[in-house]
Amino acid sequence: MTNLLNINYYAVAPELVLIGFAFLVLILDLLLKGRDKAVLGYVTAFGLLVSIPVSYFTNEPVSFSGMVAADSFSAFFNIVFCVAAFLTTLISMDYMKKAKADRGEYYYITLFAVIGMMLMASANDFVNLYAGLELMALSFYVLVAFKINDNKSVEGALKYFVLGALSSGILLYGISFLYGYAGSTNFAEIARAASAGSSQNMFLILGVCLTVAGFAFKVALFPFHLWSPDAYEGAPTPVTALLSVGSKAAAFAVFLRFFAGSLAVLQPHWAMLIWVFSAATMLYGSVVGVSQKNIVRMLAYSSIAHAGIILIGLLVTNDKGSSGVLYYLLVYAFMNIGAFSVITLFVRNNGKGANICDYKGLASKRPWLAFFMALFMVSLAGIPPTGGFTAKFFILASAVNSRYYLLAGIAVVSTVISLFFYAKVIFYMYMKEADDASVFTASPGAALYNVVIVISAVATVLIGIFPSVFMDMAVQAVKPLLM
Amino acid sequence: MMEQVFFYIFSIIAVISAISVISARSAVRSAFYLIITLMQVAAIFILLRSPFLAAVQVFIYVGAVMVLFLFAVMVLDIGREKLVAYMHHQSVIAVPAVIVFFIMGAYMIIRGGWNVSNAGFPEAALAKSSEVIGKEMFGRYLFPFEVVSLVLLIALIGAVALVLRGREKDKQC
Repeated sequence: MTNLLNINYYAVAPELVLIGFAFLVLILDLLLKGRDKAVLGYVTAFGLLVSIPVSYFTNEPVSFSGMVAADSFSAFFNIVFCVAAFLTTLISMDYMKKAKADRGEYYYITLFAVIGMMLMASANDFVNLYAGLELMALSFYVLVAFKINDNKSVEGALKYFVLGALSSGILLYGISFLYGYAGSTNFAEIARAASAGSSQNMFLILGVCLTVAGFAFKVALFPFHLWSPDAYEGAPTPVTALLSVGSKAAAFAVFLRFFAGSLAVLQPHWAMLIWVFSAATMLYGSVVGVSQKNIVRMLAYSSIAHAGIILIGLLVTNDKGSSGVLYYLLVYAFMNIGAFSVITLFVRNNGKGANICDYKGLASKRPWLAFFMALFMVSLAGIPPTGGFTAKFFILASAVNSRYYLLAGIAVVSTVISLFFYAKVIFYMYMKEADDASVFTASPGAALYNVVIVISAVATVLIGIFPSVFMDMAVQAVKPLLM
Repeated sequence: MMEQVFFYIFSIIAVISAISVISARSAVRSAFYLIITLMQVAAIFILLRSPFLAAVQVFIYVGAVMVLFLFAVMVLDIGREKLVAYMHHQSVIAVPAVIVFFIMGAYMIIRGGWNVSNAGFPEAALAKSSEVIGKEMFGRYLFPFEVVSLVLLIALIGAVALVLRGREKDKQC
C-alpha cells in the first residue's frame, strides 16, 4: 500500500522544513507573550535559509502517485521563494514595529505563504496546485490587511480578497472542464489526452481559457490587474515586495509547467491568447505607470509591465524561452525587493516618502542610498550592466529566434516608455534639492535594511555581469519540463 | 428521459433562486434563497449518482454554513439594501461582457464532449460513491488532503489575527 501511494518525504522536504519552522514560530509567539517579537523574525529568516540547501538537493520527480514533481524546476523556484521571503522578513521586523503591527502572526503567516508557493511550483496535478494556491492566497489576504488600523490596507485587502475568490472560482471552473476533457486532473494525463485527441475539443479550449484567466489574476495581467495597485499600496511594504515577487513567480511556475510542459504540443493553439495578453499587459503597465505619483503604485504598474515581458518567454516554448523566464524571475526578485527595501526605509515614517517627489535631493544627503535606489531603477528599466538588462535580452533574443518580431518590438517600446518613470525617480534624487532635509536622517534600526539593500544590489549586478552561471542554472532547471 | 426532466426542474429552480439571492433586498431573504439553491444542487448531485456529495452539501452548506451566515446577519443587523445603489456606470460594459461570456460558454459546452465517460469509474463502482471518494481521498489525493489542513489552519489563525487587531482599535477610540 505504501508503495502504491508512493509517500516520499524527501520530495516534500523543503515544505516540511518550513512547516516545522512555522509551528516553531507559532509556539514561540505564545511563549513570548507581550515581549519583543523581533526574535521570531530571526527564527523565520533562519528557517528560510535552512530551506534553501534542502530545496537544492531535492530531486524526486515522481511521488505521491504523480501528484508532486519535486524536480530541478521546482528546486529553482523554491530557492527564489526562500531568498525573496528571507530578504523581506529581514526588512519587516523593524517596519512592523514602526507600523505598530508588530505581531508574531506575521512571521508564520509569511512562512505559510512560502509553503503555498512551493506547493504550486512542485504541483503536477490540479488538485494539489489548487490547495497550494489557496494556502498562498489566504496567507496573503491576511498579510495585506495586516495594518488593520489603516483604511488603505483594509481596502486593498478587501479588493484582493473578493477578486481573488472570484478568480479561484473561475480557475476551478476551468479545471473542471479540463477534467471533463482528459478524465484526470494530472498534468501528465492531460498532456497525454491533448497529444492523442483533437485540439479542437471545445472543453479543452474552454478549460484552457478559464484556467489562464484564473492565473492571469495572480500574475496581474492586463484585464485582471485591477486589484494589484490598490493591494500593493495598502499592504505593509515588505508584504508588497513578497507579493510582487513570490506570488508572481509561483503563478509563472504553474504557467510554465502546464503550458510549456504539458500543453507544449498545442502551442500554436494557445499562442494567440498569450500573445494578446502579453502585448496588452506590457503596453498598459508602462503607459499607466507614467502618470503615477505614488512610488508603490508606480512599481505596481512596473510589475504589471514586467509580467507582460516575462509572458513572452512562456510563449516561446523552447529551452531558451523557458530558461529566460526563470532567469528573469530571479533577477526581478532581487531588483524589486531592493527597490522596495529603500522605499520601506522611508515610508515607515508616517506616510512621508510615499510619493516620488519625496525623494527630492536624496543624493546630496544620503549618497549611498540614492546610488542603490538608482541602481535598482536602472536595473528595472533594463540598462546594462545590471541583471535587468541581461534578463530582458535573453527573453527578447528568444522571441526574435522564434520569429515573434512584432511582440519583441512591442516589448522594446514598452521598455522605452517605462524608462521614463524609472528615470523620474533618479531625476528627483539627483537633480533636485530637498525642501526639508530632516526627512533623510538615518533612524535607528536601519542596519538590517542596509544588509538587504546591499545583498540585493550585489546580486543584481553579479547576475548582470556573469549571466552564464545563472543562465546555466536556469537551463538545468527547465530540463525536466521540456522532455 | 425522466432524469432529464428532473435535471431541468432542479437546475431552473437553482438558477432562479441564485438570481434572487443577489437581487433580494434583505440579507435574510438572500440567505433563504441561497438555501434553496444549495438544496437544488444537492438534488443534482443525487441525479449524478453521488449521494455522498449530496449529503455533504446539505449538512455542511445548508446546515452549518448557512446557519452561521444567518447568525452573522442577525447579529450585524444588516439593513435593506437597494439594488439600484450597486448599479454603476461600469455595468454598461460589465453586463454585455458577462452575457457574451455566457453565450460563448454555453456554445462551447454544447459543442464539446466528454472524452472519458464517468472518468474511468464504471456504474457499479459509482453505486458505492462514498467508498470511492474515501479511497481516492486517502489514496491518490492524500497529499493535497493534508495540505488542506494547513489551509484551514491559516484561515483560522488569519481570522483571529485580524479580528483581535480590530478590537485593539476599538479600545483606543
